[in-house]
Amino acid sequence: MSDTALRGTARRAFAPDWGMRIFGLLILAYLVYAATQLDLGLGRFVTGLGEGARFLARMVPPNFARWELLLEGMIESIQIAVLATVFGILFSLPLGLLAARNIAPWWVSGPVRAFIAVCRSLHYVIVAILFVKAIGFGALAGICALVIASIGFVAKLFAEAVEEISMKQVEAVRSTGASTMAVLLYAVLPQVASRFVGFSLYQLDSNLRNSTLVGIVGAGGIGGTLFAAFKRFDYDFVSAILIAIIALILLAEIVSGRIRASMR
Amino acid sequence: MSGIPSEGAAVAATHDPLAPLRREWIRHSPAERLTRWIMFLTIVAAVVWAIRTIDIIPEFLADAPEQMADLLVRMWPPDLAAYPRGIHAALIETLHIASLGTAFGFVMAIPLALMAARNICRIPALNALAQVGLVASRSVNSLVWALIFVAVFGPGAAAGVFAIAFRSIGFVGKLLAEALEEMNPGPREALRAAGAPWGAEMLKAVWPQIRPAFWGVALFRWDINVRESAVLGLVGAGGIGVVLEDAINFFQWDQVATILLAILAVVLVAEIVVTRVRARLL
Repeated sequence: MSDTALRGTARRAFAPDWGMRIFGLLILAYLVYAATQLDLGLGRFVTGLGEGARFLARMVPPNFARWELLLEGMIESIQIAVLATVFGILFSLPLGLLAARNIAPWWVSGPVRAFIAVCRSLHYVIVAILFVKAIGFGALAGICALVIASIGFVAKLFAEAVEEISMKQVEAVRSTGASTMAVLLYAVLPQVASRFVGFSLYQLDSNLRNSTLVGIVGAGGIGGTLFAAFKRFDYDFVSAILIAIIALILLAEIVSGRIRASMR
Repeated sequence: MSGIPSEGAAVAATHDPLAPLRREWIRHSPAERLTRWIMFLTIVAAVVWAIRTIDIIPEFLADAPEQMADLLVRMWPPDLAAYPRGIHAALIETLHIASLGTAFGFVMAIPLALMAARNICRIPALNALAQVGLVASRSVNSLVWALIFVAVFGPGAAAGVFAIAFRSIGFVGKLLAEALEEMNPGPREALRAAGAPWGAEMLKAVWPQIRPAFWGVALFRWDINVRESAVLGLVGAGGIGVVLEDAINFFQWDQVATILLAILAVVLVAEIVVTRVRARLL
């Protein structure tokens, strides 16, 4: 009795947030609707579990008998990643400067920003398909696709970093009568160099992951071997390839983590 | 007086007032310069090795610009009439896959995140186990997850949903676990001191603290998943990728252009929606 009397006057510690609850219910309703649209039923899930068990059983033990093929694919993936990162960075440097609104005039930065946005929006596998159709199967298509992806990431972040620099140093160098090139070299780049190295390192990491994938659409690297093994139901070789890819990615993550820690 | 090393400059100043001005300034210490050189040489060596040994057919490289131009000419103008016939439905399916995949991913990631956060779960072995699960999920790309689930569930949207979900676990779980570990222990201790059960502690002390991080991660991951679900169809896991693959295999380049424009539009719209919602929510 006294409880109800108190509730009227006292502040409620845990007031229900009705807006949030309605929002949550709407999301839930949408998810149920989407599930019915996609025909996701429990029956399908149960059959899937059985199939999954059979699939996993065929994956062990991993078969490393064709290790030469595996090694060849991995090396090609690493080469794709290295070249794509280097060329992507080389293109990102000028594009990032041109996209920075405090360095370039609006009629330059606008189109460059749009170009970078398109590079970022298209998934690298889609870009890889287009390059495979345009310039043929092989590592070159993979490199081109990952260069586009690298531009989308590095150039965008680089442009944002350039927009955050202090303009005092730029003005100081400019007031000595320095040319545009000298202003960029001595006032802009020193302020963003360390962040640029960080982005590049991250992109190398991410290119290494992605270069193991572009082979699925024929753009070179271990992905092609993986896809072929899947199509031939060679699931024990598939698990061997997957283990190799995961090991490579973890190794790259550890190495780049060490480098990043030592740079700080 | 020029033979005096720079450390002795202060002593020498009494004899030669200009000595400090002649001191030589070097930006990096010798060790720093050495590591810089080694890093530079490693990069150059890696590039040279990659260029010399990679299998590139020079003829392909030579006529690449010509072929690209040819492809673009064939893509123009985009066949916009094809959009209502199938592309729109596939696009909606892609969005459904992304949303359901994100939701399933969260359902599986939350227990793992609670297990991985060292201030919630006090058993180191379980922390390590959860971390291994999160890393495994993150190391396998969504396309590879899609290949696996196509083999399990057969081609279709179900494989796509599970691929997106399993890929999201690692990302979501890692970020949520970090948010959990950074939270303020005060409210939890207060509730525990008042005798609240575990569930109430989670709901009233933990959840309000990680709610901003939760919605931020959800929106961010949904945005990524929209992009990723667009390509899952290439391996048969449903969505607009299936339509794209068909159009490419039939050399219907004008339809390919329409599909690419549709994907581009959806990705950009998703990004704008996410930024807007995030600005209002957080």
